[in-house]
Amino acid sequence: MTETSGGNSANAGGACSGSPWKDPSQQPFIELQSLSKRFGQFSAVDDISLKIYRGELFTILGGSGCGKSTLLRMLAGFEKPSAGRILIDGVDITSSPPYERPVNMMFQSYAVFPHMTVEQNIAYGLKKEKLPRDEVARRVEEMLQLVQLPQLAKRKPNQLSGGQSQRVALARALIKRPKVLLLDEPLAALDKKLREQTQFELMNLQDQLGITFVVVTHDQEEAMTLATRIAVMDAGKFVQIGTPSEVYEFPRNRFIADFFGKINVFEATVVASDGQYLTARLDDSDTEIKTRHEQSLAPGSRCSIGVRPEKLLISTEAPAGEAYTVTRGVVEDLAYYGNRSLYRVRSQNGAVIQVSAQNYQRSAELLLEWDDEVFLSWESGCSVVLTE
Amino acid sequence: MTMVVNPGKRDRLWRSVVIATPYLWLLLFFLVPFAIVLKISFADPLVAQPPFTAFFDWSADAGKRVLATLDNYRFLLEDKLYLVSYLKSIKIALISTGLCLLLGFPMAYAIALTPYPWRNLLLLLVILPFWTSFLLRVYAWMVMLGKQGLINNLLLSVGVIDEPLQMLYTDGAVYLGIVYTYVPFMILPLYATLEKLDLDLHEAAADLGARPLQVFRDVTLPLAMPGIIAGCLLVFIPALGEYVIPALLGGLDSLMIGRTLYDEFFVNRDWPLASAVAVVLLLILILPIMLFQRLQQEPEA
Repeated sequence: MTETSGGNSANAGGACSGSPWKDPSQQPFIELQSLSKRFGQFSAVDDISLKIYRGELFTILGGSGCGKSTLLRMLAGFEKPSAGRILIDGVDITSSPPYERPVNMMFQSYAVFPHMTVEQNIAYGLKKEKLPRDEVARRVEEMLQLVQLPQLAKRKPNQLSGGQSQRVALARALIKRPKVLLLDEPLAALDKKLREQTQFELMNLQDQLGITFVVVTHDQEEAMTLATRIAVMDAGKFVQIGTPSEVYEFPRNRFIADFFGKINVFEATVVASDGQYLTARLDDSDTEIKTRHEQSLAPGSRCSIGVRPEKLLISTEAPAGEAYTVTRGVVEDLAYYGNRSLYRVRSQNGAVIQVSAQNYQRSAELLLEWDDEVFLSWESGCSVVLTE
Repeated sequence: MTMVVNPGKRDRLWRSVVIATPYLWLLLFFLVPFAIVLKISFADPLVAQPPFTAFFDWSADAGKRVLATLDNYRFLLEDKLYLVSYLKSIKIALISTGLCLLLGFPMAYAIALTPYPWRNLLLLLVILPFWTSFLLRVYAWMVMLGKQGLINNLLLSVGVIDEPLQMLYTDGAVYLGIVYTYVPFMILPLYATLEKLDLDLHEAAADLGARPLQVFRDVTLPLAMPGIIAGCLLVFIPALGEYVIPALLGGLDSLMIGRTLYDEFFVNRDWPLASAVAVVLLLILILPIMLFQRLQQEPEA
């Protein structure tokens, strides 16, 4: 266990509690003000403003070339912004060199020094601070314990596995007790089993140390499980910022809805809209559906309504009660995963709708078969209006 | 009938051929000549053809057949000329190697950091001088450095100097010639190691608090060490035995061991003494190579 540093903040020593981003009186810990980075004519990062709070595990998610790595490199000090400012803990660090920033980074390639032992790698940052030798030794030992590598202290990096190298890179970055830890695709190079384990370890570590983490990743699953908040980035701008459940359940547009998991999209025509609920008639059935939507849309205008596969109910009999039957269809394909089954249902007008259903009952026989006639339905709170 | 070839046997044959080739090469072109030179170095000079005494005397008694003498080696120690030219050679080779490193490292680093189409062009420029004769290039330096040479004329016409400088036939000219000739041998192995250097490592060091000079000392330099050592050996070894450059560009006091060796062989026709000079030169060369191998093995230990 490591001691907690800086006791004056309510959040020190643990991951951020509550939702500081919803409280306007909270001081942001990292603040980006109209940050831009241009390479020639190309804007890699385009006028981004962002507030990250102490103890957050903030994830920047996007495909390759969206500008997320450039953003991270600007935080680390490897790229100079073309415009805008970066503040960490109230201090403007926009023009400080990397070696003077209270920020450390774990590289995607890990960048473990190949000519140094594990111990020397971890001690490197403290040696640059010219700390007394016994203090360096004590803190290296502490770090080795934290990342569970004490038995490998004398090894050279070429004798380590990928997962072990990653722990060395992590320990090396954490030993300086940075205010912010930057992680570039931290799980990308690990195999599936190790990923899951490491993911939970990272979260525990972050919880223990209370350091603010900024993670860059292209993997939506990684982002969902790690993050307190996710910023989805595309073409140098943030498309949506929110908690994992916000971006999943209330995606702002189709790009985000598609990015996080699967979604069925129904084209529809607006019947009524009162700024709270929106009623629309689906194209492929006569059903009118009611969905929460806070913007008013003119009656008669077109809209898209998205429903996640796991929000759809599938049954052979018409459902009763609050659920709105949307459409009927025929099971065209099904895949049995054990804990759940995935159905592809062909609706009456030919669209394919995906349904994911938990297999609550224990049965050796399939509950639904190919070519079964089924009803698909969802509750009104489960659908989302997608703009764009 | 088809012939059945045992594939295992054939593979083994090929493997032995492949392994044997370099050994055979070394045996024929290094060990055998070296044994001959070593043999001659233990002989006495003769005015005859060949100009040295035989190693075996078949007419003598069984116990007295080997005719070997250490006189030549003793003479190397007695006459100061040899010690002076060995030391002078080592000094010139060491300083030239150092200058090549100082000049070659930034050049190799710059090439390794240059983006692609330009990088090949720069590499081509490094090896371009080899396309003209080495001798011609040294003569060109004579033309430039001479009393009536290009540099003196230029300086005189600008008015920086009143009378021509003595540049040719000095140690400075020898250093210039050696550095100019051998710097590509420094640049190429250095480039090969620096090119593989992961730039993430530099950023990681900077991220952990290292200033640019510390990054260079802690990361760049240790990782470039194999290239530095290889480059230094490639410059030091030929520079030590260099004959042409000191002969053409050097003065009377730029007496290097290559010149001494030449004089013993062709002027004095003292083959045994010349052979002894060559054997000692080889020993001086082998020591740094053994040191290099020791250094290379260390990281694995």
